[in-house]
Amino acid sequence: MLKIKNLKKNFGGVKAVDNCSFEVAKGKITALIGPNGSGKSTTFNLISHIIRGDSGKIVFDKIDIAKFSPEQVSNVGVSRLFQKSQLFNNLTIRENLLLAIDNEDTKFWKNILGKNKVTKEKEDQVSHWLDLIEMRHLSNKLGRELSFGQKRLIEIVRTILNPHKLLMLDEPVAGVNPRLRKYISEILLDLKKQGTTILLIEHDMNFALGLADEVIVMDEGKVIAKGTPNKIRNNKKVLEAYLGD
Amino acid sequence: MIEAYFVHLAILVVIYLILALSLQLALGYTGLINLGHIAFFAIGAYVSALLTLNGMPFVIAILIAGVVSAFFGFLLSIPTNKLKGDYLALATLAFTFVVYAVTLNWYSLTRGPLGLSGIPKPSILGISFSSNSSFLILTILIAIVTYFVIKKITESPFGKVLESTRDNELATRNLGKSTFKIKSTALATSAFFAGIAGCLYASYITYIDPSSFTIMQLIPILCIVIIGGLASLNGTVLATIVLILLPEPLRFLGFPSSVVGPMRQIVYALILLLILIYKPKGFFGKVELE
Repeated sequence: MLKIKNLKKNFGGVKAVDNCSFEVAKGKITALIGPNGSGKSTTFNLISHIIRGDSGKIVFDKIDIAKFSPEQVSNVGVSRLFQKSQLFNNLTIRENLLLAIDNEDTKFWKNILGKNKVTKEKEDQVSHWLDLIEMRHLSNKLGRELSFGQKRLIEIVRTILNPHKLLMLDEPVAGVNPRLRKYISEILLDLKKQGTTILLIEHDMNFALGLADEVIVMDEGKVIAKGTPNKIRNNKKVLEAYLGD
Repeated sequence: MIEAYFVHLAILVVIYLILALSLQLALGYTGLINLGHIAFFAIGAYVSALLTLNGMPFVIAILIAGVVSAFFGFLLSIPTNKLKGDYLALATLAFTFVVYAVTLNWYSLTRGPLGLSGIPKPSILGISFSSNSSFLILTILIAIVTYFVIKKITESPFGKVLESTRDNELATRNLGKSTFKIKSTALATSAFFAGIAGCLYASYITYIDPSSFTIMQLIPILCIVIIGGLASLNGTVLATIVLILLPEPLRFLGFPSSVVGPMRQIVYALILLLILIYKPKGFFGKVELE
């Protein structure tokens, strides 16, 4: 579904992503792991075109998206969760989620003439997810009024509601409590059962290896290992990258 | 005499209200720190003045004034699309100076510093609005339409997209929405209503020159939007009434007219400073100015 080929990104003299190549298989959960500064988030930023790569190909669903804008990347079906909170702080939770459902809200005249209403179907979709994460009572709270864990859950739901073929999740459980962590992993496994493809970055090895079908390990901007979680657990290069020589 | 003075004040309040409501759409709802707003006011004033002086009916002239201002709003959004905060403020401020320089130097069109005089008072379908009280009714009607159109925009799903762009442009783009399209639409719409206000101003005063559209005219409008509160239309209405009328008593304190003007600016600056320190959201604002 997603093919990265010879991707490169330098920041001055630092090779943040160095000739990186890997594939993400359809319907699978692929974990992108590696120590701090290994280039995982930069790779995510290159895929979603938050930053522009120096060279290399990013092919998604047979389309080269390397030169697409962030909104074009989203519109071909790549939905991304950021590591840092990106909630709309002055909008309510309900409004935050409704924004993700489609792009009819960007059509000025359609909205002014009242031809784009918030339908019951959209409301039900939002309510369904808010029920699922037990946050329906907070639907009219503003983004800025939520706790860190609540914000994380809402952002994960917003990423899921954004029409997608691939979910890219950058540290979905970083800083959340064990109960929420379990909850999030259940949601992700459910999505996988429904056929969603997921690419996730995670620092917590146990969480990542417990969920993933495939694991890609990066260090110093390079892919140093690929394989199933069991293979990765015993890979010498991976252990060296995490624990040092 | 006193009645005429109050009618005159009311007309100014309503024209400033249209201008402030239109700035609220760009600044309060979309987060565009647009210091070029007064330039759209100027474009609307000059376009309508030139058209009506050449015999065009007021109704068509006011619409063309709005559309031409909106077009310049769209044009301004192209080079400023990637600018934010201070940089956007500076770039849009530069636009004010560009328009000022054009109105001052394009003598064959604008008569430069001499300005355009004898601008006709409005007449619609044979109904003349030449008296101040009838002109007040016309401006109030246009202000009501402006208020409800902007209210409709901000309460529609499109309004939520404006707010999401203000709150977090990256996240909005990441949801598949073109923020260039969103911001240029907001700026053009905001400029449209500023152009309408400019047309009303020109046809009320019947004389315009470049000095009517400088940065000094922007200060009260900015104060109104910030003090009334960002993303609050009702706050804008109340702040317009209070702030436009507040310096009026200065006229009756016996100061020479050369002192009254600067004192008005001092009053606005002081109020703005106090509000920014003690009430950064303004009186009815939903968001803080960052």
